[in-house]
Amino acid sequence: MMLDATVFTQGLVQVSEVANLAMSAAGGVETAVTGGPSFLHLFTVFVLACFVGFYVVWSVTPALHSPLLSVTNAISSVIIVGGLLAAGPAAELADVDLSSLMGFLAVTLASVNIFGGFLVTQRMLAMFKKKK
Amino acid sequence: MSADWTGFAYLVAAVCFIMALRGLSSPTSARQGNVMGIIGMIIAVTTTLLDPEVISYEIIFAGILVGGTIGTLVAFRINMTALPQLVAAFHSLVGMAAVLVAVAAFYHPEAYGIGTFGNIGTASLIEMSIGAAVGAITFSGSVVAFAKLQGLVSGNPVVFPLQHPLNAVIGIAIVALTVALVFGQDPTSFWAIVILSFLIGFLIIIPIGGADMPVVVSMLNSYSGWAACGIGFTLTNTALIITGALVGSAGAILSYIMCKGMNRSIFNVLLGGFGGETVAAAQQAAGSRSVKQGSADDAAFIMSNANQVIVVPGYGMAVAQAQHALREMADLLKEKGVDVKYAIHPVAGRMPGHMNVLLAEASVPYDEVFELEEINHEFSTADVAFVIGANDVTNPLAKTDPSSPIYGMPILDVEKAGTTLFLKRSLGSGYAGVDNELFFRDKTMMLFGDAKKMAEEIVQALN
Repeated sequence: MMLDATVFTQGLVQVSEVANLAMSAAGGVETAVTGGPSFLHLFTVFVLACFVGFYVVWSVTPALHSPLLSVTNAISSVIIVGGLLAAGPAAELADVDLSSLMGFLAVTLASVNIFGGFLVTQRMLAMFKKKK
Repeated sequence: MSADWTGFAYLVAAVCFIMALRGLSSPTSARQGNVMGIIGMIIAVTTTLLDPEVISYEIIFAGILVGGTIGTLVAFRINMTALPQLVAAFHSLVGMAAVLVAVAAFYHPEAYGIGTFGNIGTASLIEMSIGAAVGAITFSGSVVAFAKLQGLVSGNPVVFPLQHPLNAVIGIAIVALTVALVFGQDPTSFWAIVILSFLIGFLIIIPIGGADMPVVVSMLNSYSGWAACGIGFTLTNTALIITGALVGSAGAILSYIMCKGMNRSIFNVLLGGFGGETVAAAQQAAGSRSVKQGSADDAAFIMSNANQVIVVPGYGMAVAQAQHALREMADLLKEKGVDVKYAIHPVAGRMPGHMNVLLAEASVPYDEVFELEEINHEFSTADVAFVIGANDVTNPLAKTDPSSPIYGMPILDVEKAGTTLFLKRSLGSGYAGVDNELFFRDKTMMLFGDAKKMAEEIVQALN
């Protein structure tokens, strides 16, 4: 067990060193041009998140697959962030252009989903009770 | 807030979402999980509102108020039987929101720091097209799924000649238009991508039959995640990318589990046309053989003399809203010292886990409800298998007849129980259009009627 732990830690250190190197190499080039995080940086986040998703979702008990669908529905509405940024710049009604209108609509639709998704999940989960 | 702090806040939000899914590993931790999800969402929204570029609080709060009110009302009013169509409707909203954000980003890229109109970076344009296309597919596909589940259109698969070549041509056209968009920065290409994607989303889902909806709902869930991801890349927002990836994998895994529950490949489901036409022929064949028919009194007598009864609920139970009467029946049996358990097939109902929710709604404790692998070996020692509104998931042909469309599908071994009671409206075959051999066996008793009415009659007989 001790050995396993040491090997594992060493592995982690190596992985993080490699990741750091890759990040700084890729980030250094791209950040200079666009000012934002590089594609590789985002892609790294994406791939790791897919793995996290894979393991977390397999551990979900089949009995709760319906709440899983409704809660993922609610959290995917974090796309509201995009809507907020689009609607954001229009200070007054007169400033509303196509983009801020789209943003407003996106915020509205995503809100339906956020409130509806979390509440219906809560309603479902409240019904799951153990034997008395 | 500085960019670093904003990025950190989004990361915290994403971690909250991971914890929300993690909570679902057990019913005891699931509610805290959901609360974590809500906290994550509040963090993400607040962080964005603190962005100095975001100044139009009036129209934003108007949007949240209108959307939030609608969402809240729907969530409290929805009948649990109608959950699958609710989830489909919610998916369509995520898809539409993705399209709207992509349009906003295309016409006003400054808001996201990805260039100016007509001068957007190649990578951003590709990400934007993917986000818009997947979003549009999610929207129109979910609308079709909603219409089928809600019964607005027939649940039968819609097939026509050259369907798949047509889809392929549209798919290629979308890719070609994305290339044109990158070189031309032209709004026409952008809108063409959006419109063709709406069209293909519609065309992908119409050939899929009503009973394959568990796969469709899971798949659209996955798409809505990938759409969020595409937009996340466009906006260089890690919270969106992480969340999109989580949702995308969740939907993909559920689709896989559902396909495995039917022993079919995802391509087989997507090609569609499964079930629907062969039903009439199967019904005719059934007419010539004799079955043992019983009454509610017979069923009550058999079950009250049993030691163990395993209940197998299916979509028929959901349609008839029989879960409450069923639970009453189980309570009475338990009072008489009968051990009652529930066995759930992975594809029972119209969405993953639908039966579990319906039973929970009727106050069936979750520790009496078991998955196929957990309980299948117990049928051989059970005295009675009580099948209510299920059919194909019990059909032994899935094990014995390689030519059957359901061959290889894992089934609940109700044939091994001492007596098998089938509560069904008729002898009709299930969605696969296959006759169920079990109906004609000596150990089987058919209880014909509406699931709810029959369950209520059994309750009366038990009293």
